[in-house]
Amino acid sequence: MAGWAAALRRTRAALAGAFARALGRGGPDEDTVEALEVALLGADVSAVLVDELVDRLRDERTRGAEGARAAVADVLAAALPEPSFDWAAAPRPMALLVVGVNGSGKTTTCAKLARAAAAAGRRPLLAAADTYRAAGAEQLALWAERLDCPVVAGRTGGDAAAVVFDAAAAVEARDRDALLVDTAGRMHTREPLMRELEKLQRALAKRMPGAPHETWIALDAAMGQNAIAQARFFHRVTPLTGAVVTKLDGSARAGFLFSIGRELGIPVCYAGLGEGPDDLAPFDRTAFVQALLDGEGEGRSDGGG
Amino acid sequence: MFDRLSSALQGVFRNLRGYGRLTERNVQDALREVRRALLEADVNYEVARDFIARVREACLGEAVLSSVTPGQQIVKRIHDELVRLLGGSRRDFTLSPAPAGVLLLGLHGAGKTTTAAKLARTWSREGRRVLLAACDLRRPAAVEQLRALAARVGVDAIGPEPGDTVAGAGARALETARREGYGVVLYDSGGRFQVDPDLVAELHDLHRTVAPANTVLVLDAATGREAVAVARTFHESVGLTGLVLTKLDGDARGGAALSVHAATGCPILRVGTGEKPEDLEPFHPDRIAARILGMGDVVGLVEKAQTAFDADQAAAMERKLRRNAFNLDDFLDQLRGVQRMGPLENLVEMLPGASRLPENVRRGLSAQSGPNLKRTEAILLSMTPEERRHPERIDGRRRARIARGSGTRPADVNELLRGFRQSQRMMKRFRHMGKALRGRPF
Repeated sequence: MAGWAAALRRTRAALAGAFARALGRGGPDEDTVEALEVALLGADVSAVLVDELVDRLRDERTRGAEGARAAVADVLAAALPEPSFDWAAAPRPMALLVVGVNGSGKTTTCAKLARAAAAAGRRPLLAAADTYRAAGAEQLALWAERLDCPVVAGRTGGDAAAVVFDAAAAVEARDRDALLVDTAGRMHTREPLMRELEKLQRALAKRMPGAPHETWIALDAAMGQNAIAQARFFHRVTPLTGAVVTKLDGSARAGFLFSIGRELGIPVCYAGLGEGPDDLAPFDRTAFVQALLDGEGEGRSDGGG
Repeated sequence: MFDRLSSALQGVFRNLRGYGRLTERNVQDALREVRRALLEADVNYEVARDFIARVREACLGEAVLSSVTPGQQIVKRIHDELVRLLGGSRRDFTLSPAPAGVLLLGLHGAGKTTTAAKLARTWSREGRRVLLAACDLRRPAAVEQLRALAARVGVDAIGPEPGDTVAGAGARALETARREGYGVVLYDSGGRFQVDPDLVAELHDLHRTVAPANTVLVLDAATGREAVAVARTFHESVGLTGLVLTKLDGDARGGAALSVHAATGCPILRVGTGEKPEDLEPFHPDRIAARILGMGDVVGLVEKAQTAFDADQAAAMERKLRRNAFNLDDFLDQLRGVQRMGPLENLVEMLPGASRLPENVRRGLSAQSGPNLKRTEAILLSMTPEERRHPERIDGRRRARIARGSGTRPADVNELLRGFRQSQRMMKRFRHMGKALRGRPF
């Protein structure tokens, strides 16, 4: 397992340098504040939040660099709601729907979640409800084989609602207790596709009352402010109970998560930290903020680059 | 696309137009707003800073400040700088001599395989023989996905054999293309979460082996500030000849589009605007700049219409309209033409001032485009040819049958017929107007 710590080590933070400079001088001056502004923007933190943080920094100037750093860390950590999901406390059977735009990493996330569920003592079943993408179901089926987890898949071009209905029935028939549904990627701005998602939910609830118990959005860490719009639109159609940030092992810093937490109150439950089936870690707010502010190693200053 | 940036910029311009004379101060204030709009649209910080510096220089010249329409002068300067930022003039792939290699690179989920299929479809329709080569040995079912897409767009595909390396798979494809006389070979390479030494080594090998004329980065348009870093790293390690931006049909803020050319010097060759194989468009920097500034892209719209409706059809339609012989058969043709032009909300975006339409209007249009058009089509197809030619003959019993046949309610059939009669009446009125106005220039 790549692990949270190892992945974060790769999360290069330009911010680290700026804070270090501020420390050396005994407090953030105007140049440092600007350097921090650039670095925060470079981490895809929204311009509104950056403005607020910069104001805080100016206010805290008298408290020195440590005080300034703590002030920023406080604001950022407070923006992220605490994840409340727990495999042990979740109902049996339960259904978890993974939604998101194309290429956000839904299929891989579903596979990794199946692994996490099994590790938590659950008996998972995967549903490949991506009937749109060519070979979408095959991709999940291959994962399922690798994980030795049963899978219910539809044909390409088939009806996704029928697949989830069958999958919910299979949960009962095969005595499983955690249904993980991989849905087709859809652009959040395409109304008809979003309606299809509603239909899929209804079909699921018909066979498994109360389902989906969880609906999580997969968000690519490399996205910019558009990730906020994605979460907002999906939340409107299928109330989201959580988010999974994927591909966080790249150099992207996913600063948009703060805005999503603040505006929509959606907690980040897991972080994808690598390509292997085990590379999914429970999201750690403190570690995430710390990595963003302190970083490790050489900061490649692409935010200003 | 670019909605947020577009409406922010137009707000700035409205303010500027209010001034009879501009001072340096007005310009500075306006440019600060523009800079903010750019940053909020995920434009790279340095790119935004340089852009503002150039516009400031252009605007503070005597020519602008002393102009009688200084606001418009600034809009023009910003337009020119935007065009420059987006790459200047339109550029395309190098497709000769045959077989021309096109190597697609990119991170996971950027849309490489979908883009490969879209490009294959475009070129095969131009009469080229295209071979799609799967060079992704890692992702589960990647080869199956490419084969299925190749079959869907009607081109040939070739995959790796057991034991092949990535470069080996590429070499096999190139060999096949030479032997069997293909015009273009599209290599679909594997993605990674990030550009790591493994990936670079693998791509180097593949690149050296197949020596493609085009090495193209496929990048998700919604990528944040990371876009520039990714593009630069690929450019430095493998050497790019261009980029394709995907998923520009969402509400991507356009930061990537505005930053990557400045960061790499490579042109944007195409943009992906939807999931279907035909949703791939050439990238015209001047038209995109005009769209960002709220001037619309009427040329692009006309071109789209031209590909969806052929000229003979249009002429025949015009004659029918003149004689008022337009019936439901013609309506069906029109409907299908509109469907061929792609989702309605994409078309609306090309109209001048589109970004000022309220969101609910746009959502409404979006809802119209899919199921409603399909339902209308179903109703029309449930009619007999005679009923389509003579809609006035549709009585209650026929209406009920049509509703049953199309899975709709009789009220839906009625609504369609009413709408059709209304448009007929309108056309009649136009015809009369036409007669009255004959000989007068508009």
